[in-house]
Amino acid sequence: MALTEIFVLIRKEMQLEWRNKYAIHGLVLYLAATIFICYLSFKAKQQSIHPIMWNTLFWIILLFSAVNAVGKSFTQESANRNIFYYTFAKPESVIFSKIIYNTLVMLGVSLIGIFFYSWVMGNPVRNMPLYLVSLLLGAIGFASTLSLVAGIAAQGENSATLMAVMSFPLIIPLLLLLLKLSKSALDGISLSENWDEIAILGALDIIVIVFSGILFPYIWKQ
Amino acid sequence: METVKRQYWKILSIILLIYTVYAGFNGQVPRQPILNETIRNLYFHVTMWFTMIFLLGTSVYHSIQYLRKSDLKSDLISSAYVEVGMVFAILGLITGSVWAKFTWGDWWTNDPKLNSVAIGLLIYLAYSLVRSSMPDEMQKARISSVYNIFAFVIFMVLIWILPRMTDSLHPGNGGNPAFSKMDLDNRMRMVFYPAIIGWTLLGFWIAQLRIRIKNIEQQNEL
Repeated sequence: MALTEIFVLIRKEMQLEWRNKYAIHGLVLYLAATIFICYLSFKAKQQSIHPIMWNTLFWIILLFSAVNAVGKSFTQESANRNIFYYTFAKPESVIFSKIIYNTLVMLGVSLIGIFFYSWVMGNPVRNMPLYLVSLLLGAIGFASTLSLVAGIAAQGENSATLMAVMSFPLIIPLLLLLLKLSKSALDGISLSENWDEIAILGALDIIVIVFSGILFPYIWKQ
Repeated sequence: METVKRQYWKILSIILLIYTVYAGFNGQVPRQPILNETIRNLYFHVTMWFTMIFLLGTSVYHSIQYLRKSDLKSDLISSAYVEVGMVFAILGLITGSVWAKFTWGDWWTNDPKLNSVAIGLLIYLAYSLVRSSMPDEMQKARISSVYNIFAFVIFMVLIWILPRMTDSLHPGNGGNPAFSKMDLDNRMRMVFYPAIIGWTLLGFWIAQLRIRIKNIEQQNEL
């Protein structure tokens, strides 16, 4: 029952996105423009870029895209329509549908991003499957942390500033763990030697999702 | 007699702190290379972090109470505990900075624990920004309670899990031996444990005063 509700809400998100294609187009364009700026500022000048810098730069691009993509989750639709959802959907379904939908968006952004980024900046990753695992864990983590923060920020007056100020410090633990894991992937260390990092990242994702489920109902009731 | 009974813990705090300062500067301490006499800073630096965590934990307890009962008093108490907790965090940074200068040779070292605490300060600065951006009292209380609980969870991950995964100059991290194993002998324990209790009681005392001031301010506004 709750599952069908979540499913219906995710479908609603997708249809909305499909009708206003400019939002998703804008996101892809944002990503492409940022990557190209990085290429012009780093690679075109120096010919080569240090692998550690390559990795850090990519995660920072992803972070900014994520804040942009997820930040509009609750401000995109009018307050009246949110009240309408409030009357028939459980708050838990709303937040879980947002998290799942944003995870899908972030997965798409990461994959398009890594493709375009490798194209212009080169790809020094030695263990690509592990890098993709870190992208997946990163997509889940970014989506879940930022969905709750977007819910909080939407309540304030200046929600864009609020979103940036709240999300950057809160995302740092996740970002540091992701940098560590993707650095291992970069050096070609095998998956089996990184179970510790993967387990801690997975645990952090689960903690954030559980707390979102517990805390979001209190934000949602007006 | 009633008041004496209720205030005894404040007297206990004063006695313990006088004892801490006296025994801390005059007591016998083990002679350690590099640390030398600065080992006495243990009573004034590490205790700040204990106090901060107790204060922030109490603040989270009151935030949960607010979400359960919607009593604005709980929110006021919770915000006062956060403020005093941050004062202790800044004191911990200052005492740590002095200690770092005399043992590691620099006021600020690139150490995961230092960076974590700096991020923690950012997280709680965002908390005060969230509070000031909400015009409505009930909304402010609800949203900042949610943020406070979420921030505490992330902060705990930041200071307990992350430093253990990377190299740190601090004892007990990154392969360095913990204090308790070799340095913290029984003479030091006789001062260290009372110092923790004394500083924590002082922290709660200041928080009580802050709550009373906030109460009076609120009554004046009405």
